[in-house]
Amino acid sequence: MKFSGWKLSYFLLAFLFVPNRAFAMHIMEGFLPIEWAIFWWVVSIPFIILGLRSIRKTIDENPETKMILGLSGAFAFVLSALKIPSVTGSCSHPTGVGLGTVLFGPLAMSVIGTIVLLFQSLLLAHGGLTTLGANTFSMAIVGPIIVYYVFKGSQKMGLSFSVAVFLAAMLGDLGTYVVTSVQLALAFPSEVGGFMASFTKFAGIFALTQVPLAVSEGILTVIVMNFLKKYNVSELKALRVFSAKEAH
Amino acid sequence: MKKNLLLLAIVVLLAIIPLFIQKGAEFEGADGEAEAAISEINADYEPWFESLWEPPSGEIESLLFALQAAIGAGFIGYFIGLMRGKHKEG
Repeated sequence: MKFSGWKLSYFLLAFLFVPNRAFAMHIMEGFLPIEWAIFWWVVSIPFIILGLRSIRKTIDENPETKMILGLSGAFAFVLSALKIPSVTGSCSHPTGVGLGTVLFGPLAMSVIGTIVLLFQSLLLAHGGLTTLGANTFSMAIVGPIIVYYVFKGSQKMGLSFSVAVFLAAMLGDLGTYVVTSVQLALAFPSEVGGFMASFTKFAGIFALTQVPLAVSEGILTVIVMNFLKKYNVSELKALRVFSAKEAH
Repeated sequence: MKKNLLLLAIVVLLAIIPLFIQKGAEFEGADGEAEAAISEINADYEPWFESLWEPPSGEIESLLFALQAAIGAGFIGYFIGLMRGKHKEG
């Protein structure tokens, strides 16, 4: 896979100048008390540093996977641009982190997810800088970790590659919103019923809306994977995506 | 290919069905609802930080947003074309 400079710059441009539009998912600017804002920043930063290392290592070992890393980023961009109506009568959007996580592991996506979130907050006033640590933790750290373990677990159980990808992307998407609900409930416990009452309230808003979208995200991730399986088998093998049984 | 089209059709249906189930709903973003929930739980809470920049209008917002989807989709289309082209030669 030859990867010329202009392709890389095209992708970087896409990252630098394209904002990300989010309707429903992120904690709004200024809506976390300062101590919580700082807490989530502190939790998230080590993951981002490890993620940068992880990406560098992957690219050094398998330079031919650069294009696919670009694809993972582009996929997250497009998916988070799709504001989709949901059964609750409100809109939300998928996260798009599942694809990159299955291919490059959860740490790499912590970086790509953070970049997406940063531009959302800077250019579209969605999410926020003070809440970026918390939003990174839910969408770019926990979401991908769920994706990763569901995917590996499904493979161990002998489920087919497509089913494993679907389940992983779907549950990672849902998990992101559950974490967001937990974060808000921790910061805003109800006077009556405390944390649980608040969690139920926030989960009702975020997680319920997300159910059909999570299914959509799972399906879209499978579609892209089907393509990669057909045309990029050697890269997928280099990234050790297949289980021992499938990689004959 | 057929399988992918079928999967895509399911995605489209999942997006269209809510419009019919929830006739007359606002279809606002869920983060706005969360904001309302926060003021219910803690009426005294004041956001302590404002966004540095907001798109001046809904039109500007949709411009940035369309641009994002276009560039992302452009890269994906380029990638697919490139891989199919290589595949044919090989």
